[in-house]
Amino acid sequence: MADKPVPTDKKRVAPSGHPLAPLKRYTDARIGLGRFGAGLPTSAHLDFAEAHARARDAVHAEFDEAALETALADTGLPVVRVKSQAEDRATYLRRPDLGRKLSGDSAKFLTEMKEGDGYDIVIIISEGLSAHAVNTYGAETAKALIGDLPKDANIAPIVLASQGRVALSDPIGQALGAKLAVILIGERPGLSAADSLGAYLTYDPKPGRNDADRNCISNIRKGGISPEEAAKKIAWLTARAFELGLSGTKLKDDAEDQLEGGSQEALPEE
Amino acid sequence: MGQSEPLKTLLAKASPARSGDFLAEIAAESQEERVKAQRRLADTTLQDILDEPLIDPDEDEVSALIYAQHDGDAFAAISNWSVGEFREWLLSENATTDAISDLKWALTPEMVAAVSKIMRNQDLIAVARKRPVVSKFRTTVGLPGHLSVRIQPNHPTDDPKGVAASIVDGLQFGCGDAVIGINPATDSPAAMRRLLELIEELRLRLECPVQSCVLAHVTTAIDCMKRGAPVDLVFQSIAGSQKANSSFGINLAMLKEAREAALSLDRGTVGNNVMYFETGQGAALSADAHHGIDQQTMEARAYAVAREYEPLLVNTVVGFIGPEYLYDGKEIIRAGLEDHFCGKLLGVPMGVDVCYTNHAEADQDDMDNLLTLLGVAGVNFIMGVPGSDDIMLNYQSTSYHDAAYIREVLNLKAAPEFEDWMRRVGLFDETGHLLPQSHEDSARLLGKADLEAA
Repeated sequence: MADKPVPTDKKRVAPSGHPLAPLKRYTDARIGLGRFGAGLPTSAHLDFAEAHARARDAVHAEFDEAALETALADTGLPVVRVKSQAEDRATYLRRPDLGRKLSGDSAKFLTEMKEGDGYDIVIIISEGLSAHAVNTYGAETAKALIGDLPKDANIAPIVLASQGRVALSDPIGQALGAKLAVILIGERPGLSAADSLGAYLTYDPKPGRNDADRNCISNIRKGGISPEEAAKKIAWLTARAFELGLSGTKLKDDAEDQLEGGSQEALPEE
Repeated sequence: MGQSEPLKTLLAKASPARSGDFLAEIAAESQEERVKAQRRLADTTLQDILDEPLIDPDEDEVSALIYAQHDGDAFAAISNWSVGEFREWLLSENATTDAISDLKWALTPEMVAAVSKIMRNQDLIAVARKRPVVSKFRTTVGLPGHLSVRIQPNHPTDDPKGVAASIVDGLQFGCGDAVIGINPATDSPAAMRRLLELIEELRLRLECPVQSCVLAHVTTAIDCMKRGAPVDLVFQSIAGSQKANSSFGINLAMLKEAREAALSLDRGTVGNNVMYFETGQGAALSADAHHGIDQQTMEARAYAVAREYEPLLVNTVVGFIGPEYLYDGKEIIRAGLEDHFCGKLLGVPMGVDVCYTNHAEADQDDMDNLLTLLGVAGVNFIMGVPGSDDIMLNYQSTSYHDAAYIREVLNLKAAPEFEDWMRRVGLFDETGHLLPQSHEDSARLLGKADLEAA
């Protein structure tokens, strides 16, 4: 500690007493950090490094499918695993197009699994850009949603889809003959939150759907929207989508009138 | 060049590796194939490049603009140079600042992109450094030995006090001499006007020579100007094809209309460069509007659009787009240097948003590297984001601290008008360097800014 460069000039004081400190209540921006020369104070430097490290770890964390299967066992629904065409994380990050397509084996598997005319709804869980988000909130959100759906809803087996993008819900929904697909997916981690889950809902899912055809509930996490709240909103949107026979921008406009703090226009998760 | 090989195929295969060109399935498939393409490109003449439009000018107004801009007389002296000879000339003593500048309208984006592909990072720096581009509004940006900074005080709800707090923080570091530029959370004339008036009041209270910009859509700015809002600079994102620009909801006529409206307000004091453009490799591909052209060449074509409207500022938001276009620190650094080089050779007042997202293989060290390289290359301006953390756009850019660092280590100055002001308010010493942190000076500036009035 003796080597710490304690300012000797009386004009230079510790960052904690920065005159901008009272203004921090108006913004989460990293203002009034203080400086040593041009450099950041050590604590501010390490605060940033920690936030970035958390985000990086979330991007590269393992999708814990086994734990999700265990957690979802008491739903009574079968849980199945599929893969996108992005075979590893590096490919996933470079080739979003492959993350939107089912691997050949997975497509065949789901098509063969389809029963009769298919299902009303399929719930898909994919790690997306934050496995931390789905590992933490995926099962809880899915279970709350199942509880909020009508009792007579014909729900497909829950699909765990690895290395998926939002649009992977299109070929999955189509293969199972689902009228509506909900994908719970890890959102791109930010410095303030690395474990934010997004839910994207698509009526009549099939390849070729785009963002305007979907509705999104984002920021599902501790400190954001709780899994229970999110589930209620998804269930409400689902009911309206079946009434209107569509999802996306038109449903969003309708929802804004009726649902306080309602849905958002679907934004790409990347 | 092989008779059967289209120029765009050659350019794509010769382009240094990056994920966006693989995504578009136009990149060389091996490193050796890439270097062999670079050899063929080096033997291609500038006339060959001029003779083969990458997109038919009858179908693409950006291509038509590129050919309309081209100065055949200035080009005559260099038309038979190969790309390889062009590279050697640029590096030679004969290529003085004046000699390179004289070629501004002789060079097309494709020629500049081509030569960049056979240059190392070192070459891109050495040549760009010889080609300053100066622009003016209330400050003079781009003078040799100077580096300006955009204060980027974004806030997720455009909270006026939150925005103002970030602005004052930036001013204390000597940032803001490029522009105080806010990405609004809401793109509407009312929201834009509120933010413009906030900056306007701050500027007048502090008697500070800066220009403001709210980075809303060009049509929002035109609407604002019609209603008498204090618009200094008009912003727009632009790209290198008509189709890509159309995906941004713009065309060239709209840019012209906006520029004329801003010029008519006559708000500049030392000059009247009234436009601010942003670009970035991958923008055209992400809009499926790249016409099979590699992303670096498409980016250079955006600069033809930019220079038509004599902007104050143009910056490439180099790492914002994500790893599917620029995968890691190495690709982001390379792209930043290429964009700066190509912009300068085409006479564009080039800045760089040195930045990355959390799913890219990059971190603060990579940004330090690129920032330092660009400082050496003579970049006109960089972004200043509080603590590098843009809480509205959710990405990381350079900070106020970073700006102070690069000015200090390379002895770069703020814009002269702004430097005078910083001295008057007691934040710079007599040589234009940041004085040691003083809470008294901070408090005085804060008092004068009177944020409670915001």
